Amino acid sequence: MILETPPLNTVQDLGRPGYRNLGVGSSGVMDPLALEVGNILLGNARGDACIELQTYPFSIRFDATTSFAITGIDAEITLDGMKILPWSVETAGAGQVLRVGPPTWGARGYVCVAGGIDVPGVLGSRSTQLRGAFGGLDGRPLEAGDTLATGASTRHLSGYGALPPTVAVGDEYDEGEPRTVNLRAIPATDYALFTPDSQQRFWHTPWRITPQSNRVGYRLAGESLRLHHAVELRSYGIVPGIVQVPPAGEPIVQLADANTAGGYPRIATVIEADLWRLAQARIGTRIRFHECTHQQGVAAMQPVAAYLDDLRMMVAHYQKSARCRSGAKAGEKA
Amino acid sequence: MNTDTTRDLERTTGLAPAISMIGTRAMLFEAPGAFTMASQRRIWALMQAAQDRPDVAELIPGVTNLMLVFTHPPHDPEQVAGWLRHQWATLPERHIRGRLFEVGVRYGGTLGEDLAAVAEHANLSPQEVIALHHGNDYTVCAIGSAPGFGYLHGLDPRIATPRKSVPSLNMPAGTVTIGGMQAGISALTGPNGWNSIGYAELSLFDPQRDPPSLFAIGDRIRFYPESIDL
Repeated sequence: MILETPPLNTVQDLGRPGYRNLGVGSSGVMDPLALEVGNILLGNARGDACIELQTYPFSIRFDATTSFAITGIDAEITLDGMKILPWSVETAGAGQVLRVGPPTWGARGYVCVAGGIDVPGVLGSRSTQLRGAFGGLDGRPLEAGDTLATGASTRHLSGYGALPPTVAVGDEYDEGEPRTVNLRAIPATDYALFTPDSQQRFWHTPWRITPQSNRVGYRLAGESLRLHHAVELRSYGIVPGIVQVPPAGEPIVQLADANTAGGYPRIATVIEADLWRLAQARIGTRIRFHECTHQQGVAAMQPVAAYLDDLRMMVAHYQKSARCRSGAKAGEKA
Repeated sequence: MNTDTTRDLERTTGLAPAISMIGTRAMLFEAPGAFTMASQRRIWALMQAAQDRPDVAELIPGVTNLMLVFTHPPHDPEQVAGWLRHQWATLPERHIRGRLFEVGVRYGGTLGEDLAAVAEHANLSPQEVIALHHGNDYTVCAIGSAPGFGYLHGLDPRIATPRKSVPSLNMPAGTVTIGGMQAGISALTGPNGWNSIGYAELSLFDPQRDPPSLFAIGDRIRFYPESIDL
């Protein structure tokens, strides 16, 4: 039962692939890495759904014993007033209240529960499609008083966690600019239509994320980018990460709730391995784009995959030893 | 124009398709030349051929272009690009005999507030714009942007009008629109940069319906005036 939620918090999973050809965007969590970590920690299926938080404070009361993990952010998180850590597994008893305060790091928090959030799948996903008003909980953001069911799970575990990806995967372009998020991007279809000046400016500007930024996309502010001459493009497919430049010259990075097609010139695409960094960048943050090749973009997924593999192994070991311990205890009692 | 002469034209004018990567996992194929049904039918043919590739997760046809989303980043994108070029050069047009929808339009009024701007851009009267708009049948080239939205071919070039520099913030679903050489009926209420010329009462998408989208590629649309409000 949700006790307290500001607007724009929704049920999401890894998204709704396969319907772009009908105009249905992917939706899904903005930070897929955080959801993957949460689901691995809880022994869930990879595609299980969670609550994506974008606004705070958020609090829920558990109506049954439930193991959970909060991932994605650093924040003051309490269970019945007792402080708990993000990126770790805890078990709440019936009646206990979980409260997530505003993040001290990051923007989007994920409330992951054992068994996943159970809402009806629509077109193969539990993600909320806000524009289409379907999926998630009745196709809308969560409200105080809503009740969400969880999938079946017999696991009641606690006391272990994951290294946050900022520590485990790191940031190879960190040049000591504390509030700057570094993103690798590959030049896209219309890169050559921009003036050489604008191409250089794209890579060297510390772009500021404006308040007109949300799950659809981030609008960036900086010195505007110019084309050699104006173009009227035919509509083409869009995937999250694509950086478009509307006539005013300030880029937009299209994200999880983007339209499936658009017509603005495309200067670059943020690589998949870095999209989670963007999801956690708050309004007002500066971002820098670093040019990379296809091969570098593919290679960048390796540390992310290794991080998740290590975590899967760690959790499997932990759960095995936890089973051994509880087995031994049962034996002693007999 | 048949496909052979199209190909001859490409050879003689040196027009080649443009192929580019969108990130590591998507590739965009853009047909050369004008927005013609012949070109769109070849995109449909390319889409059908690409469906059989095991590395393809999603295919998103656009207006004379096709986006391929791969299951994994291709090891050698140039090899996939070569395959696409070969298919493009050899595949015949794919004719899809779709259904015919007759759609009544309430032209003008507050729901078609850009009619005057379209008329001014075309140097025609609003009545002439309306007559040209419902004078041709349209074909659904691709579905995209919003759930169930169909990109229509068939707009009379005399009333083609560039997208608006300042989009409408809250254009209602069902608005009949013109965006450059493309025509459409908006599927969802929301911001929209296309020019509104009227309104049609239609439900373009219902996730509980099978298929969820009212229109499919290859369907034809015939507009007729239900009312005119100038």
